[in-house]
Amino acid sequence: MTKNDFAVVGQPLPKVDAWAKVVGETRYADDLFLPRMAYAKLLRSAHAHARIRSIDTARARALPGVYAVVTAADLPPVKFGILPVSQDEEALCADKVRMVGDPLAAVAAVDEETADLACRLIDVTYEPLPALMSIFDALAHPEVRIHEYGDGPNVHKNVALQFGDVDTALAGADLVREDVFFFEGNTHLPMEQHAAVAHWTSDGKLTLWSSTQTPHYVHRVLAKVLATPAAHIRVIATPVGGGFGGKTDPFSHEIVACQLSKLTGRPVKIALTREEVFYTHRGRHPVLMWIKTGFTKRGDITGCHLRTWLDGGAYGSYGVASTFYTGVINPVTYKIPVYKFEGARIFTNKPACGPKRGHGTPQPRFALECQLDKAAEQLGLDPADLRRRIVVEPYTKTANHLTVTTIGLGECIDKVVEASGWRAKRTRYGVTAAMGSQPTGGSRGGGAGCTHLVQPEPPSPKKPGIGIACSAYMTGAGTAIYWNDMPHSGVIVRADRSGGVAILCGATDIGQGSDSVLAYLTAEVLGLEPVDVQVFPADTSLTPVDLGSYSSRVTLMCGMAAIQAAGRLRDAIFKAVARKLEVDPAALVARERKIGVPDDWDKAVSFARAVELGEAMHGVLAFPGSYAPPKRAGKYKGGGVGPSPCYSYSACVVELTVDEETGTVDLRDVWIAHDIGRTLNPLLAEGQVEGSIYMGIGEALMEEQVFRKGLHKQPSMLEYKSPTTLETPEIHTILVETDDPEGPFGAKEVGQGPLLPVIPAIANAIHHALGIRIDEVPITPDKILKALELRRRGKPPRVGPDRLPLFTFKDPLVVESAFGQPADAIGVRPFQS
Amino acid sequence: MKVRIALTVNDEVHEALVPVHKTLLEVLREDLALTGTKHGCELGECGTCTVLVDGQPVLSCLALPLETEGRRITTIEGLADGARLHPLQQAFAELGAAQCGYCTPGILLTAAALLRERPSPTRQEVKEALAGNLCRCTGYTKILDAVELAALRMERART
Repeated sequence: MTKNDFAVVGQPLPKVDAWAKVVGETRYADDLFLPRMAYAKLLRSAHAHARIRSIDTARARALPGVYAVVTAADLPPVKFGILPVSQDEEALCADKVRMVGDPLAAVAAVDEETADLACRLIDVTYEPLPALMSIFDALAHPEVRIHEYGDGPNVHKNVALQFGDVDTALAGADLVREDVFFFEGNTHLPMEQHAAVAHWTSDGKLTLWSSTQTPHYVHRVLAKVLATPAAHIRVIATPVGGGFGGKTDPFSHEIVACQLSKLTGRPVKIALTREEVFYTHRGRHPVLMWIKTGFTKRGDITGCHLRTWLDGGAYGSYGVASTFYTGVINPVTYKIPVYKFEGARIFTNKPACGPKRGHGTPQPRFALECQLDKAAEQLGLDPADLRRRIVVEPYTKTANHLTVTTIGLGECIDKVVEASGWRAKRTRYGVTAAMGSQPTGGSRGGGAGCTHLVQPEPPSPKKPGIGIACSAYMTGAGTAIYWNDMPHSGVIVRADRSGGVAILCGATDIGQGSDSVLAYLTAEVLGLEPVDVQVFPADTSLTPVDLGSYSSRVTLMCGMAAIQAAGRLRDAIFKAVARKLEVDPAALVARERKIGVPDDWDKAVSFARAVELGEAMHGVLAFPGSYAPPKRAGKYKGGGVGPSPCYSYSACVVELTVDEETGTVDLRDVWIAHDIGRTLNPLLAEGQVEGSIYMGIGEALMEEQVFRKGLHKQPSMLEYKSPTTLETPEIHTILVETDDPEGPFGAKEVGQGPLLPVIPAIANAIHHALGIRIDEVPITPDKILKALELRRRGKPPRVGPDRLPLFTFKDPLVVESAFGQPADAIGVRPFQS
Repeated sequence: MKVRIALTVNDEVHEALVPVHKTLLEVLREDLALTGTKHGCELGECGTCTVLVDGQPVLSCLALPLETEGRRITTIEGLADGARLHPLQQAFAELGAAQCGYCTPGILLTAAALLRERPSPTRQEVKEALAGNLCRCTGYTKILDAVELAALRMERART
């Protein structure tokens, strides 16, 4: 289909839920109030690491207004976790706490205030244990064990993969760079705090409404930890007030609310405070990285060796996947013929890290893109040109056996280079940096070299700079979290004689617009307007399973399922209309709320009439659509993390000034070009890109999840700095279309990939402005001033990590590099017919 | 200690018997069932709970109902003129300025107060007016665009 054949796809339509949101009618989890509802609070640990000697709840139970108090003794002794391999969490801790904020007990009471008061009346005796608050601490003290499982003392996961002979490739390079980087952890900070309402009714059935991105996984965990048949549990995801990965795990508060409802015979609501949300976390892992890459004189990469150490915090969460993601996606962007990746996730006594927008990939992306900038400088190449030359070929495999389909990265680079005025600014701004910095040994962008001698700059402390970086991201994980052969996403489409069409799908709208995309695609197939389609999402008793709103999988997977379901409905209706009009079904089209033959449109029947004919011919009209990704996991252990139906690409240029006196960075403009395959709705796509850029800016310049003596240093929205309207620059979004054969009408991922390049692009622009290297995020003013001070003292002007842990990675699994091989079969997947 | 209060919210008088320390935010949501007003921090840091008191943006998580007796409170439920949306609401929906929508009520009310005082603000003035309202979804771009579009439409409607 060409662009002009679409009626709905590509239109800048409002989201289907926009109207409810602008009038305040959308009901988020904490907006639910049920008759007789009790309010619950959790008592959380004040210690980062301690044995629980005793918990005495007598005083809390005696408080008037308290309905129930529960501890671990009141729950089945069953641990849980999002990944089958990391079942290490307890709804309420039984023997030990592993972080400040670990839940110990819970109270249900007549109101929140009484529940809070009752929590303070619970007496806990702790036996404090040494708290391990960093990767270095945790590895230096193997005698202190946070968990008894894993790949070694305090080592959650130790992975090593090698694709081809990296040592030989590096030995043959013209330039070999070894660099060390650190990416500090940060958190999602959704505006809505997590909340849930549980109602365990007297017929033995349980309903949970929750602010979750993954109702299906919550459903599974509830069945497990409450020892109740999943068939008797219904999980409804309420509209989510911001997720970004932070509402992707099943949580203690959801389980506890259910148990309290069972005990009290009342609906129970629990709503976390903002401080609790900071401790609940599951956000960006702090990652220390060592990266060694070989280059030819022309900038080709000969091979790459990456080591990552992840500070995982107190629990497994998605950590095994996160560990792989710090290594496996980098080769999707540039030609890396041979590749070695070693990664380790370390347990510490901090809130558990997990998936945040970009899940495990912004950190190594920062390392690679900054290293490319350094290599370009040494080789005397323009950083944009260097990247442009080494973009992966479409429809090939990477060294680590990932099949890539369409690639619009070259076009993305060209577009941001042109739109930003890259070449002129690279030369012009480079001047001030070159005058102030140490000899760099390379030209600064291929412009006329020495004009700075005659071009007087005003003596402002604010130095301009411009930097570039690129990225790639998955369009949905190619394998499920738990091994199975079932669909990853399902849709039921239903139509009746009213002409109304309903879509049932387990997808969860977290603001990204999944309800809208389902309506758009269904309307496109059936020739309707989106307003004609009612979307019923995320209800485990009514909607087919969708795995959840994570890994940028929803538009592609739910979208393909919706297109299949709607196509089946259309075929059934066409058959009935064809008989009525005495034409061949193949001659019919659906458009403008009618079905007919284009050349004889006067005879076209209304959609409602067509449904009547269909119902008369077939009976009830309800059709399923199923989607599972192509089976492309690499044939090696660990090959299941990284495959995706297709990958999005983006290129980003940042222009900024850095104040030499204060170290303050002012962003002027960000240009971002994003290959999204097909624009299903430009407003929504741009919104996702703009939000990604914004969030990346926060991570690059200010956001950090840091601790002192076990406590979060800044567990409030004032102290945890995030960008406001004033820190957010003008964002210029360019959408690039490549029409991917794996995506719905050609669409790929949009909501995560664009976050990745802005962080290294900022670091590279700061270097361009001042000639300093900050190899650590966030890049705060103190680090910039420290680098300038180093330069004044004649030392290399670099601020970043200066040591690596003493750690032995396991012997690598050695696999042949698949680099450059033809892609696996395209468009072949289960449930296609 | 509970007190009886009478609040004028969206041009209707509501009477309630509430604990004296209960915040305006809590009373609006829990006693008056006006759940369109959201909470993000309950510490006055994020702007999510903004309502208008006599036309001025006020953080309802820091306000006590007693202080607002006899004053005109406007929540998101009262921004539209009956069934007719405020131009800001229309523009926010049309331009995709609400993603998750959770910060949207507070931002709409803050922007409404701005446009009353400055009918044709510059983009910088809009940014400054909304600097106390955090949004984690949009990168603010579409929000600023929508405020500008609404201002333009309101100006056209006046002339």
